[in-house]
Amino acid sequence: MNQAAVVAGEAGWELPSRNRVGMVCFIVAESAMFVIFVVAYLFYLGKSPYGPTPEQALSLPVANTICLLSSSGTIAWAVRALRRGRLATFAVAWGATAALGALFLAGTGREWARLVHHERLTPATNLFGTTYYSLVGLHAFHVTVGLVLLTTVLMLTLFGKLHRRYTEHVEVLALYWHFVDCVWIVVFSVVYVIGR
Amino acid sequence: MTGEAAVTTREVEARFWQRLHEWIVTVDHKRLGVMYVLYALLFLLIGGSEALLIRLQLVAPHNTLLAPQTFNRLFTLHGTTMVFFVGMPLIFGFANYLVPLMIGARDMAFPRLNAFSFWMSAFAGLLLYFSFLGAEGLYGAGSAPDVGWFAYAPLTSRAFSRGHSTDYWILSIFLSGVGSIGTAVNIITTVLSRRCPGMTLGKLPLLCWFYVVDSVLVLVGVPPLAAAQLMLLADRFLGAHFFDTQAGGSAVLWQHFFWIFGHPEVYILMIPGWAFASEIIPVFSRKAIFGYPVLVGAVIAIGFVSLSVWAHHMFAVGMSMTANTFFMVATLLVGIPTGIKIFNWIGTMWGGKIRLATPMLFCIAFIGQFLIAGLTGIMLAAVPFNWQLTDSTFVVAHFHFMLVGSLLFTVFAAFYYWFPKVTGRMLDEKLGKLHFWLFLVGFHLTFTVMHIPGLLGMPRRIYTYEPGRGWETLNLVITIGAFFQAAGVACFLVNLVRSLHKGKLAGPDPWDAWTLEWSTSSPPPEYNFAVVPTVRSRRPLWDLKHPEDPDWVYE
Repeated sequence: MNQAAVVAGEAGWELPSRNRVGMVCFIVAESAMFVIFVVAYLFYLGKSPYGPTPEQALSLPVANTICLLSSSGTIAWAVRALRRGRLATFAVAWGATAALGALFLAGTGREWARLVHHERLTPATNLFGTTYYSLVGLHAFHVTVGLVLLTTVLMLTLFGKLHRRYTEHVEVLALYWHFVDCVWIVVFSVVYVIGR
Repeated sequence: MTGEAAVTTREVEARFWQRLHEWIVTVDHKRLGVMYVLYALLFLLIGGSEALLIRLQLVAPHNTLLAPQTFNRLFTLHGTTMVFFVGMPLIFGFANYLVPLMIGARDMAFPRLNAFSFWMSAFAGLLLYFSFLGAEGLYGAGSAPDVGWFAYAPLTSRAFSRGHSTDYWILSIFLSGVGSIGTAVNIITTVLSRRCPGMTLGKLPLLCWFYVVDSVLVLVGVPPLAAAQLMLLADRFLGAHFFDTQAGGSAVLWQHFFWIFGHPEVYILMIPGWAFASEIIPVFSRKAIFGYPVLVGAVIAIGFVSLSVWAHHMFAVGMSMTANTFFMVATLLVGIPTGIKIFNWIGTMWGGKIRLATPMLFCIAFIGQFLIAGLTGIMLAAVPFNWQLTDSTFVVAHFHFMLVGSLLFTVFAAFYYWFPKVTGRMLDEKLGKLHFWLFLVGFHLTFTVMHIPGLLGMPRRIYTYEPGRGWETLNLVITIGAFFQAAGVACFLVNLVRSLHKGKLAGPDPWDAWTLEWSTSSPPPEYNFAVVPTVRSRRPLWDLKHPEDPDWVYE
């Protein structure tokens, strides 16, 4: 063991960023929670003793899915713009992300209104209602939280309070948003493709 | 004269409020750590008193000290309290205090999240006990949860659990889960991104390694419970049917969800106990830990395996033979890394200059008791044996060997070992040894004996029993043992309070130890280290004390 190696090691002492590690840990915990709701959904598929069934009640939410998945693209675009210091581009891309997220939520709201009023499906109706509303609702709740955070950052940007040094914070928030998107891919496949 | 006195009283009062304010708004990891531990001790007294009442009721057949309903509430509260409001805050309290000091950091990675997690857990504990006052609700039924700590469906449904006591139980466990997840995120992040220069993962103190594995288990184990509690809330308030068997729901699904949390939870509680032992045994054997990489590997292996053993709690429920076999084999696998660890500790003591101070006494007792707990664990993992003994006091004896005989013993060891660091004063050795022997004798009177009525067929959770089954004397001995343990804990508490003011001054490094927390003063200043330390081996203080023969030459 020589002295030089140790000193060189110290000079290059770099550790992972706490914000990123923290968010990854949080996402792991969130995933564990979603897994349980997904398992419950799959386990109870077709076990409702009475209708309505997913085949009768659900239709593919194509527009919704396009909105949410493309918002992953716009947020990545926004982060790249911020890294390069282009605040105007950032504001546009970030605003687009928030708008797409809001559209998604509005779409979910419309779907739920239809299910409640036309299909008479509530969480208390049958097992399908119970598991459907809880899984999709838990995801929608995460979109809502993300939307509040996105809007906060958007406001800060519009009031000129966002600085390049906050890039990492914004990136971590984008990580959360990507996670919410990934969960939607799972929810979409489970509820609307496999389960229908 | 009177005026002066009034001024001083007011000053004293003002100083009191100021100090209280400082503690309540603190984000300092050391203060939060102390608060976690004090809070756990408070609940240890509450949960311990519940255990004593349970034992008093069972001291003789046909005893009428407690009503059956009260008995149900007591074992529910005892289990819930000890797991969520004693075990969890104890391990997180020690983690909070020790992890930053051991890795040479100023604080946890997210100090405010840390405070948030603590207050969530504290609030959750209050909520559980608030059910005594608030749960009457409009029904006038039930004053505390009485559904058992694993709250099987459909007992928890509206029809069978009237009133709001079960709701308080659900909310309190959900909130405590939120706090635990926050702390787990914090511990992992702290270890990964707050290490002092030179402290690579291979030089990390074992305690920190163990806590990282522990926190990963919290991250994947606790959210399923939170999810299941949300489902139960939906069942109770929105008329959902998750666990409603009349609408096609499954009561067994709850058991799966609960134990997907419940089994990792056992390891979540136990891993910190191993962590304490792995720090204390080397110091009191005057040898470096034997097989550091193997020990780390063993704990990681246990972490993995522990995620696929949950259904061994459900052998009696009637799963398929494939499932039974899988979970039996997976559970038996745990024995391998566990055995490795025991060899590590014995290998460390082998040929060492062992100092039999109180922390070491507790650790030695721990090794033996942990071995027995593991052996009865292997017995219970065998499906046919499990069918015979499921829900008997044999099972109760087994897991108390784990949680009391292993975890609590190492926690006591940790108290005696790190109290000087936290307060600057030593705990009294004489009282400490009295505590150890009282507790050891009491523990074995209670829990070693408790295996036997289980083998004779005594079920757990019964509020009384018939005479003439050969259980009377055994139960009498078990109850006597419980009071020995209570006397031991009383010695411990007296020791804590007395030593706080009258203990021998400790100095920075009373045990001649090797990890970084002993390089700063006792108690450590708010900033922990005046200069950020640099480490070159697993025992930085050894290197400092023995520049002629440093560890990093060999590692």
